[in-house]
Amino acid sequence: MGNVPTTVKHCLSYRQIIEEYPWFRSWLQEEKSITKHDYPEFVKIVEVGPRDGLQNEKEIVPTRVKIQLIDMLSTTGLSVIEATSFVSSKWVPQMADHADVVKGIQRVPHVRYPVLTPNIQGFQDAVAAGATEVAVFGSASETFSRRNINCSISESMLRFEEVISAAKDRQIPVRGYVSCALGCPHEGRIEPSQVAEVAKKLYEMGCYEISLGDTIGVGTPGSMFKLLQKVMNDVPISALAVHCHDTYGQALPNILTALQMGVSVVDSAVAGLGGCPYAQGSSGNVSTEDVLYMLHGMGIGTGVNLDKVIETGDFICNALGRRTNSKVAQARNRTL
Amino acid sequence: MGNVPTTVKHCLSYRQIIEEYPWFRSWLQEEKEIVPTRVKIQLIDMLSTTGLSVIEATSFVSSKWVPQMADHADVVKGIQRVPHVRYPVLTPNIQGFQDAVAAGATEVAVFGSASETFSRRNINCSISESMLRFEEVISAAKDRQIPVRGYVSCALGCPHEGRIEPSQVAEVAKKLYEMGCYEISLGDTIGVGTPGSMFKLLQKVMNDVPISALAVHCHDTYGQALPNILTALQMGVSVVDSAVAGLGGCPYAQGSSGNVSTEDVLYMLHGMGIGTGVNLDKVIETGDFICNALGRRTNSKVAQARNRTL
Repeated sequence: MGNVPTTVKHCLSYRQIIEEYPWFRSWLQEEKSITKHDYPEFVKIVEVGPRDGLQNEKEIVPTRVKIQLIDMLSTTGLSVIEATSFVSSKWVPQMADHADVVKGIQRVPHVRYPVLTPNIQGFQDAVAAGATEVAVFGSASETFSRRNINCSISESMLRFEEVISAAKDRQIPVRGYVSCALGCPHEGRIEPSQVAEVAKKLYEMGCYEISLGDTIGVGTPGSMFKLLQKVMNDVPISALAVHCHDTYGQALPNILTALQMGVSVVDSAVAGLGGCPYAQGSSGNVSTEDVLYMLHGMGIGTGVNLDKVIETGDFICNALGRRTNSKVAQARNRTL
Repeated sequence: MGNVPTTVKHCLSYRQIIEEYPWFRSWLQEEKEIVPTRVKIQLIDMLSTTGLSVIEATSFVSSKWVPQMADHADVVKGIQRVPHVRYPVLTPNIQGFQDAVAAGATEVAVFGSASETFSRRNINCSISESMLRFEEVISAAKDRQIPVRGYVSCALGCPHEGRIEPSQVAEVAKKLYEMGCYEISLGDTIGVGTPGSMFKLLQKVMNDVPISALAVHCHDTYGQALPNILTALQMGVSVVDSAVAGLGGCPYAQGSSGNVSTEDVLYMLHGMGIGTGVNLDKVIETGDFICNALGRRTNSKVAQARNRTL
């Protein structure tokens, strides 16, 4: 092809075009002005069932059941399983066996087992029990902070700073939560700027990841979009996670919205364990099974085996004598 | 939302929600007792006050097949028609159409399938045979200037055949549209769809049917209805089918949910700033009524949360 110009020769290599002009591929895929969203190829699921889920159960769940739950979850492919909470047993009797749980679980290689540590005392107890990752739980709502953890937001930040500092010394990663990210049961509307402020503070203090929690499940794709648009200015999207509650049935569309904006870490609970303390009998956590079904249906990798999660959900629901909140599990169990 | 793609901006204009009961009949079929006609009429009358502009009232199928719908004529005659609200009825064939017109129906719907097996088992004929029946109905409807809506079931999967190709759906949708249906509702009959398959489906069907003539009828059996609806909205669909209180189970997964709840759909749309003209509180109230009348719990998470907020 002696007389063909160099630029045309470049065109004869599709691979080179894609490398030099990354937009070309998406242009080719566009039809009639429909834009396919760029979804992450992989989403990390943070399983909070053993902690956030069981914490809301009225009857004390035997330690061996908690341990078996975590051990079963460890075989599903999940890479992060929040195991327990080192809060005072005075406040949360359900989590009084936190040390026994941490010591009793069979740690699987490449799986992490973070535990909640609200203060330095909890952190020290967690480390003594063998915890290798911790989490701190802040709030975007002043009232919720005072009522839930008995201190103001700024006071809580001081406590967390102590924990994070001690964790750094031991090279223990710390995850940060911001509750009431899309609404507060006491204050009602929460501005994205309030959330961004707390998220930024936690991130700058040293949390590797910030999970934004829709504590009462009132968010919608509209408010999720506005929230993330704001928070992304202060915390890199790769360090953000969403913790959506399904109280109003909005968890999956909210998660979908977050994914469209680049979030690739999603919190969920097997069997949708964990009701909503603010709407008695209503659901709380989104079900891991339902999230997986959606993600896999979209071709997004998770590394998690849905069938094994359903099996684990069956186990814990039998143990608790209750029905699963997962629609996928319900449908699978009942398909004629 | 300045950097939202054009397809989402489409969502920010007025939207219509259709109150649908194509599964009303199968739901009622699941009810062991025949629901009294007066309860059906009261349900529709309450829905008429919520701002809904389309309420599918009943089905003119033979009472041999669907005893629950035997009172179809009484229902059509008994409801209080509210101005600007439409009350389509299902008419599977010309006989049903004629009965519907005699009873006073002013809009009808025909129900096709993308799955050959589902068509044969559900309406006892092949897809092509069903199209002949519908052609008769549509032709008679045209003569009377009665609008006809078309449904395509099994749009994202079939309980018998499993996977359904978007091209199968597109073919049926196109046929119904070309025959004269003003709108085609794509039904995820067993609720197996996800945003992934919804995207691929609409991408294909939109080649054959204008997006403005498409509706989505999502089932929530696997909890995917709202993300699927969101995906459809982002692609330009602006008509959504739903059922108050999420009435209508899934006949293929006993005890599982079927229709998506109108309340939950409204909550999402209103939260996104999308207009519907429908009053959520009144729909919740109507849901309370019908659930009490049937002695069952609502499937709507919004209604559950509203009723239980401390």
